[in-house]
Amino acid sequence: MKTKKIISIITSLALVISSSALLTSCGSDAESDNTLIVLNYGKYIESDVLKRFQKETGITVKYEEYESVEDMYAKYKAGSINYDVICTSDYMIETLRSEGELVPIDYDSLPNYKNIDPAIIEASSSFDPQHNYSVPYFYGTVGILYNQNMVDEETVSSWNSLWDPEYKNQIVMINSQRDAFMVPLKMMGYDINTTDKSQLDAAYNKLCDEKQFVYAYLMDETYECMVSEDAAMAVCYSGEAAMGMEYNENLAYTVPKEGGNLWIDSWFVPRTCKHYDAAMKWIDFMCEEEAATENFEYVWYATPNLKVAQYQDEETLADETVFPSKDTLERCDIYKAYDKDTLDYTTLLWKKLKAY
Amino acid sequence: MISKLRTRTSFLAGPYALWVLICTVLPLLFILYYALTNDNGHFTLDNFTAIADPIHLKSLWLSFQVAIITTVICLIMAYPAALILHNLKISNKSFVVFLFILPMWMNFMLRILAWQNILSNNGILNNILKFLGLGTIHILYTKSAVILGMVYDFLPYMILPIYNSLSKINDDIVEAAADLGAKWHTILFRITLPLSKDGIISGVIMVFVPSLSSFVVSNLLGGGKVLLIGNVIEQEFTLARNWNLGSGLSIILMIFVLLSMSIMNNEDDAGKGGMPL
Amino acid sequence: MKKIKTATSAIYMAIIFLFLYAPIFVLIVLSFNDSMSRTVWGGFTLQWYANLPFNDTIMDALFTTLRITICSSLLATVLGTSAAVGIHHMKKHHAAIMLGATNIPLLNADIVTGISLMLLFTRFTSLGEFSVVLAHITFSVPYVIFNVLPRLQSMSDSCFEAAMDLGASPAYAFYKVIWPELIPGVLSGFLMAVTMSLDDFTITYFTKGAGVNTLSTMLYTELRKGIQPELYALSTLLFLLAFVMLLIINFKSRNQEVKNEN
Repeated sequence: MKTKKIISIITSLALVISSSALLTSCGSDAESDNTLIVLNYGKYIESDVLKRFQKETGITVKYEEYESVEDMYAKYKAGSINYDVICTSDYMIETLRSEGELVPIDYDSLPNYKNIDPAIIEASSSFDPQHNYSVPYFYGTVGILYNQNMVDEETVSSWNSLWDPEYKNQIVMINSQRDAFMVPLKMMGYDINTTDKSQLDAAYNKLCDEKQFVYAYLMDETYECMVSEDAAMAVCYSGEAAMGMEYNENLAYTVPKEGGNLWIDSWFVPRTCKHYDAAMKWIDFMCEEEAATENFEYVWYATPNLKVAQYQDEETLADETVFPSKDTLERCDIYKAYDKDTLDYTTLLWKKLKAY
Repeated sequence: MISKLRTRTSFLAGPYALWVLICTVLPLLFILYYALTNDNGHFTLDNFTAIADPIHLKSLWLSFQVAIITTVICLIMAYPAALILHNLKISNKSFVVFLFILPMWMNFMLRILAWQNILSNNGILNNILKFLGLGTIHILYTKSAVILGMVYDFLPYMILPIYNSLSKINDDIVEAAADLGAKWHTILFRITLPLSKDGIISGVIMVFVPSLSSFVVSNLLGGGKVLLIGNVIEQEFTLARNWNLGSGLSIILMIFVLLSMSIMNNEDDAGKGGMPL
Repeated sequence: MKKIKTATSAIYMAIIFLFLYAPIFVLIVLSFNDSMSRTVWGGFTLQWYANLPFNDTIMDALFTTLRITICSSLLATVLGTSAAVGIHHMKKHHAAIMLGATNIPLLNADIVTGISLMLLFTRFTSLGEFSVVLAHITFSVPYVIFNVLPRLQSMSDSCFEAAMDLGASPAYAFYKVIWPELIPGVLSGFLMAVTMSLDDFTITYFTKGAGVNTLSTMLYTELRKGIQPELYALSTLLFLLAFVMLLIINFKSRNQEVKNEN
């Protein structure tokens, strides 16, 4: 009985004290001037770089991640968080620019901007024609990652290998609206930026045909799936492929002969930015050679930073998965932003495909 | 004096009533507002009628199927388990009961991820089957995998309330029946089962509701091929950014849940099963 | 006959437990796997356990999770217990209304609860850690109420009235007579709130602010390029901690039983 009494006293006391203490302690999430809210793709930065930035500048970074371009747009548009600096892909930057959501970048305050490859800056003009708003971070391609023991190189030299009944339940398709539609469009020889509904419909029908052979629609887990040899081939980004090839030497990556997509992920400052100077420091830091090298060795996408090459060995620089060859780049196009009508239309088709 | 005290103590629920008003009722009104307007803020019923769209109907029907199969499998698996647990002749049954809850302390996302390792084409299960010379099965990223994941996730919610209601049954009744010559199946179907009805109902509710609306399990084990109504709603709020449609479908889902509830149970004893200690 | 029955029972329970614990076993094995990939066995290692305390993102998410869970479940317990006492003393139809409202978060899909709270918070305050705590309290209070209320209902009022007749003040009578009876319900409600809060993903996902990550939401984004193996180590440790705690409680209560019998 005595223990019971003690327990009851302790519990009641604990409840009262803790609840009142916690009410006050949990309270404020006040944002000081010395913070920076960053939004970036998942696992797109070496955590040491993030740590070093905070230490060197004394700025506290609130770092948020997202999965796909569409995710990022939804997060930004939800408006519940005032992001200061965001990294995303080409056509989304174009969309946001046309919506007037971007703030010009003060390039004079970016001493390290000179490290960026002028060729990539030039390529950025497709979404940022006057070069006012973006600083390239990484670039890469979309292609096929395949297992050489299961598929030969000849087969995957064309996108139509993804419609081969022999590989039923062995095919991983990319789980991203724009990239998924790119595949049949390229295969049929259409422009990947087409707004012609009959061409989009044709692409949709192709994708519906493909669904019966598809093992899964994946983004995040593609490389794990290929490493464990659960599937024979997968449509994925070049960096994802490079990552997979590190773990399983049977894997290889190719951009089919019909061509694919070249994408450029860049930093930009959105209208919601409250800490502009800190955002500039952040972007400049990302262009610094040491940080860029660390980031490159972590994410394995092609870096536009010219200073990184000197730290890499021959083999890495010659790796066409990481650095696409000129020949490959010529076959690849950059996405242009869809107008609202086309965007809504493809979104609907995508939803229909998923329910199909 | 006592009755006056009763009214006074009933005010203890005051803070909670306020809380419910702000954090439960008000948010629902928000959803209702979004559901009844379009993106220009004008009144519309389109977001409700959108459920008639073949895509939405199909995913609602699929969710319904998955939820029912999940619930039935859970019930079939859980009832014998609860019964065996109840009949165990050990002094400390709560220890065994806790063994059912313990897996929940490992993060749910990780446990589902582990199922990917087990079920994949070249995964643990298929390697065992191959080793035994039984061939392989393709299960990951299918509807079956989603159902398996849900059964796994929700099984404890079925076992606990049933076990609870079983332990409330007076053993004397069972013994009396046995003494009077009743066979075990008579006892089971005429006594135990009817008397544990409450537990079964709350178990069914605790499994059926979350499996009807879940979207994470189908995301992780469905490989983007299994589109449940939960996935549709999630995508309307995230990818498609159509909050109005998302809200409309949420309300339809809610009505659907409430309807299924009232069919199963017209008293408000949901969740009373709780956790035994 | 009886032997066959016990044997079948044992086999059945073994299958159920195998089903429940298979993924956990897989995760524990992965925590010793010397490879960043979760599908390749790279040999035995303890490095993930050694690295764990120095992995800031994970430790940060762990502490955020613990803060949110402890805050929300304690507050939910206080709020829920007082609500249960209040509801028990209400007029019948008032109580019915309250219980109906209490059922809403239980019956509502997580995704609807999460989104509706997000709409509320973005309108009136901002999203952050605090908003997650509020959301967690909202969905855990019902569990506390439904654990405490049956205790109250199974109690007869006469003891309390007797205590009052003997001159105890209402507060003193409550503390002496009712509270000791309530403790098991309060504790199990609290435990249930903790479990729900630890395991929640959906509602946290929609109500969290920038840079706030619990273990669940971190995992969801972590999936992109493979999970950091330290996470397997962390969850193995958490699991073992829970298991050991369970063993201790079990051992203690058995001791007490023995004492009581003596």
